[in-house]
Order: sequence, then structure tokens, then C-alpha cells
Amino acid sequence: MTNTSTKGKVLWAIVSVLVVVYALFPVASILATSFKTPSDLTSGKFLPSSGTATTSNYEQILVGDAQGLFLSALRNSVGIALIATFIAVVLATLCAYAIARLDFPGKKVILTTALAVSIFPVISIVTPLFNLWRTIGLYDTWLGLIIPYLSLTLPISIWTLAAFFRQIPWELEQAAQVDGATTWQAFRKAIVPLAAPGVFTTAIIAFFIAWNDFVYGISLTSTEAARPVPAALAFFTGASQFEAPTGAISAAGIIVTIPVVLLVLLFQRQIVSGLTSGAVKG
Amino acid sequence: MASITLNHLVKKYGDGFPAVNDISIDIADGEFIILVGPSGCGKSTLLRMIVGLEDITEGDLLIDGTRVNDKAPRDRNLAMVFQNYALYPHLTVYENIAFPLRLAKGKHSEEQVNKLVTEAAATLELTDHLQRKPANLSGGQRQRVAMGRAIVRQADAFLFDEPLSNLDAKLRGQMRSEISQMQRRLGVTSVYVTHDQTEAMTLGDRVAVLKKGELQQIASPRELYEQPRNLFVAGFIGSPSMNFLPATLEGTTLKTAIGDLEIPQEKAQKAAGKKVVLVGVRPEFFEDAKLVEDSKRPHGSTFAATLTHTEWLGNEQYGYINFDPAPEMRDLLNGLARDMDADELRPQVVVTLDASSRIRGGRESELWVDTRKLHLFDAESGENLTRDAEAGAALTREAAEERAEEIATAQQADRRADSGGFGSGNGATGGNTTVDAGRTGGATAAGGTHAAG
Repeated sequence: MTNTSTKGKVLWAIVSVLVVVYALFPVASILATSFKTPSDLTSGKFLPSSGTATTSNYEQILVGDAQGLFLSALRNSVGIALIATFIAVVLATLCAYAIARLDFPGKKVILTTALAVSIFPVISIVTPLFNLWRTIGLYDTWLGLIIPYLSLTLPISIWTLAAFFRQIPWELEQAAQVDGATTWQAFRKAIVPLAAPGVFTTAIIAFFIAWNDFVYGISLTSTEAARPVPAALAFFTGASQFEAPTGAISAAGIIVTIPVVLLVLLFQRQIVSGLTSGAVKG
Repeated sequence: MASITLNHLVKKYGDGFPAVNDISIDIADGEFIILVGPSGCGKSTLLRMIVGLEDITEGDLLIDGTRVNDKAPRDRNLAMVFQNYALYPHLTVYENIAFPLRLAKGKHSEEQVNKLVTEAAATLELTDHLQRKPANLSGGQRQRVAMGRAIVRQADAFLFDEPLSNLDAKLRGQMRSEISQMQRRLGVTSVYVTHDQTEAMTLGDRVAVLKKGELQQIASPRELYEQPRNLFVAGFIGSPSMNFLPATLEGTTLKTAIGDLEIPQEKAQKAAGKKVVLVGVRPEFFEDAKLVEDSKRPHGSTFAATLTHTEWLGNEQYGYINFDPAPEMRDLLNGLARDMDADELRPQVVVTLDASSRIRGGRESELWVDTRKLHLFDAESGENLTRDAEAGAALTREAAEERAEEIATAQQADRRADSGGFGSGNGATGGNTTVDAGRTGGATAAGGTHAAG
């Protein structure tokens, strides 16, 4: 018995290590590349050649030539992604709550529409949106990106949150109402605290979707006014036209990964399951 | 403190099926009413209609004479204990109990909240657990927290939705007596839903038996037991349940599948003209003919039967007699079993015998049955033909008097316990009261506010 479980543990450990290596190797490679000098890029080695490791790539994008391009893009990305996430989560929370709790005509339609929207290919909407946005003046604005991002983040947020709300026992809310709460108070005081982990999870997923988008970012912007990081990276150029901007792109790639990692670390504690245990017999 | 009046309440769902059908009950101030019935009889729906979690399709619901049909649950000032407790898992026990007080903004200062919660916790012996989260509590403790949430506010009535069904048997017995005592001390109107007839019989001042959304009978437990209105009530109340034997009546002789029974003239008269009746005999009406005292013997009828087997339980023993009814009677008996949530079993008569009886299965033996107590039911309508409505009403009146007396005694004891705290220990009784005071002191204070409000 212990024998098999030890064996199982070893097996799991090996599998986990393999998966981690597989998933993180590209990140490690980009990290290593971001410290290489332009001449070292084609060395074919994983690490920068000894003695040539440099932070010049970072300097270039943060304080150097590419500063204007990168920092404004970073500001755009953070702002747009946060606003889109916030709106998506607030709307999705209310919508998912209604879907989980109430029986109203058209409930199925809403869910199917949400699903249909989320599987609709982004690329097929971009061209009409481009024309529409230019006509009504949303082209190259934050709002012009936030709206399409909502169409990406809302459906998945509604689905995740609805699943989450369904797990919360109805009785809690009814108990709160009998205890003297209004519908809104029951929602805020009994349901929201329990739904918090689900809301955080959803928020992170929504943020990633907005943060990682490239197609809308490159098609619906033209200047630094609204261009997000993934799109901006495509506009990087080397120091001269004969140099590839690989190092700078890698450095930018590392920098835009940091918020994602931070977010997960910060909210890790919030995303614990089992917070509802003890509410009802079970 | 309030009276609750249900006036022809009807609940219909979308498909038009009446889950609750034309139920009228007057619940007096301070009364403990039990709603009992097999699953799906609408008892929980009725309770939720009272508290306001279900809309009322037709009829009126009055609390203290005011129609509350359209009031939201929070405006009805009722407290409810849910079957699965419904505690707020993110709050401590203290905050769970304080929750209703905190919702009533501005009504209670922080000290008042603290005082009320501490008192409620003391009543329910939760003082040591106030800072814990519900997830870390046992089932019984969670149940008490749920009750704490109900008693901490000055609610007009308590509603219980099968509060004990998730507890194990021992704890259930304990909590049952605690609920009963608490209700008497606080003297607060209570409606309690259960499918457990022990709870129904022991807790209720009056018990309402429901079947398929319809009220069958509402009466004191004793009246239900001794003067049931129909077959359903007779079969549902009592364990082991009442035996039903198809019989034909000839004069004062009942011809049944287990033998001929002589019944008193007045009972036979009430069933006169009916060809086929169902005889309802409770197991304890039977006795081993050898053990019946001579003075009692003339009140009953003796017959010979062969028991299939007996079960000796120490204080008494159960014997079983199989019989074979006519096919149309079999359908009737099966239907009855279905109504009561039971399985369709082979028709069987259960008899309770004295523990010293030597009757064993397989041999033919003499049994005696007390024919004064048996009931005759109409085979078609299920109506009790021999019900003595006056005797029944007298039983319920008695129960009401006893209740008033109990509440008075309980509240007197509480007052004594309060003053007893100042050290007037007079002998053994005084000592007892003081012990009690430690346990009930909190409730007294809470009860006091109830009375004042």
C-alpha cells in the first residue's frame, strides 16, 4: 500500500516536473534572450555568452529610444484591461446571479447568446468594427478597445460566475431575508462574500483575455493614444535597420508577464475553494 | 408574540397543481403547532407561505389580525430555522447570531447587540464557541446557532422547517426537549414542520395532519390518536401504525379475516347499513387472552389466531398475523400504504402483547381485543364512522389547559430563578432552581423582552 503510494508520488513528481519544464521553458528562453547583446542573439546558446550579459534591452525600452513606444503602450494596456475587467465582472456578477437564481423567460437565450458570442471568430468582426469605429469616432480610443474586449470577457465571466452562484445554497439568502434583509442586502451580505473567490477567479480570467489580445489591439488603433503592448511590440525596431529588435521585444515580453504573475500570486489566497463549507449540512 | 390565521390558503404552481389546497388554521398566541404529513404533502410549502418565501395564490394570511399576504419576509417579523441550518459561513458564530440585529440598523447599540447575543448564546450553551466559524462546529452546535439567530430578535413567531432531520437520533431527542422547553419559557407562537411523528406528538399543542396539500385533521396529539377523523390520520399517527382489517358487519358481529369480533351495540349502530367496513385496531388493543384480567375481559372479544412470529423487546413484544383480504380490499389497503409513504406490504396485523406472554409463532393461540376502543371506517370515503367528536374536542381542550398551565409554570420558574440569584436558597428545591437558573437565565431575559414587546 505505502509502496504503491510512494511510487505514485514519484510518478506524479516526474510528470509535474515535465509539465513545468515544458510550460516554463519558453519563458526562461525569453528571459535569457532579453539579456543578450544584439551580436549574441544568433550564438545558438541558451544563456548569453559569458561577460556579454547586458541590461541594455531593458534600458532601451524603459528609458531609451523605444521608451515612448513601450511605456505609453504599457499604460494603455493596464488601463484598458483593468477597466474592461471591472465592467465585465460587475455586469457578469449581476447577470450570473439572475441566471442562477431567477426563473425568467429568455434565460436560455441569454446563455446561448453568450456562448455564441464567445465562439464567434474575432477576425471576422474586426473589419466591420474598424469601419464602424472610424465612422463614429471610436477608432484609436480606449473606449474603442474596451467595448470589443467586453464582448470577449463578458460571456466567459457570465458562464463561470453562473456556475459559481449555483453552488451557493439558496437558503442562505432566504435566511437573510427572513432575518430582515432586503433582496439587495441579502445579496451583498450573504452571497457576495461567498462568491468572492469566484469573482476573483473570473476577474483574473477576464483580465488575461483583455491583456493578451492582439487582433483588436493592432487593428483598432493607430497611434500611442490607445495602442496596447501586444500590438506595440510589433512596431519595435532595432537600433539600426540591420539589427533585429529581438532583445528589446524579449525584454518587453518579460515586463508584460510581471503583472500577470503578480496578479496570480496576490489573489492566490482568494481563489481557495471550500469557503462555503459549514453553511449547510453537507 | 402574535396569533397567526391561515384563511383558506391555496398555493398553485405554474402547472396549476395545488401544492397547498384550501387550508384554514387559527394559531393562537403562544401556541405550538406542528405540520405533519408524508413527503410532498405541502407542509413545507405552507410554512414558507407563512414566512413569505412563497407567494400565496389564494386566501389570506393574517398575523395579529393584519393581512400580510403582500408583505416581504423581512416585514413580517418572523424567525425561521431552516432544515440545513443556512448559517453564514464567512461569519463567526457571534456575527451569525448578531446578523438580524445588525440588519435592523440603528435599533440596537453595540452594547445591546453584545448583551442580546451573549444571552442567546448562554441559553444555547454556545458561549465557548462564539468566535468560531460554522465550518468548525458539530451538527448539533450548528443547529443551536441557527436557533440562536431566531431567538436573538424579538420575533412574533418561530417557524421551524424540519430542524432536527439532519441530526443523529440521540441528538435529535436532546434538541427536541430543548426546543420544547425553550418554546414554553419564551411562550412564543411556533409553527414546526416535520415528518417525524415522535416530534409531532411530543412537541405539539396541536398537530395538523396534511395529505396532498389538504388538511386532514388538526387536533391535540391525543385527539388525533384516539379520535382520528379518517383512515389516513389513523394510519399516519401511531407507531407501529393502526391495523386495518376489512370486515363485514352482521348485527354486532364483525366478520374479519382473522376471526369474528363482537363489538358494542353503539359502535355497530353507527356503521349500520354499511356492507363492508374497515376496522381500525391499534396494536396495543390486543392482548394475550390468558393475561387479560377478568374485570377487563367482558369489554373485549376473544378470537383464535396463528401468529407468524413474535419479537420480544423487553417491555413488550410484537406479534404478527398475516391475512389475505379480498382483491378489491387489497387495492384499498395498498392505496392507503402509498398515501403514507409506506411500501405495499403483505397485509399483516401487528399485535402488542405483554412481555410475559408465552404465545409464539406457528401455534394457534387465543387473543383478546379491546373492542371499546376500535374504530370503524367507511371503506369508500375513509371516514371514521365511530368517531366521538365530543370526546375528541374534550381531549384538545384539556391539552390547551395543560399548555396554559405549563407556560405559566415555566415563566414562574424563570422568575423564581431570577430572584433566586440573590441567594435565597431554600432547601433542595431552591438548589435545583439555581442550577436551572444558570442554564436558563439568558432565556429569561430574552423572554422578558418578548413579553414587553
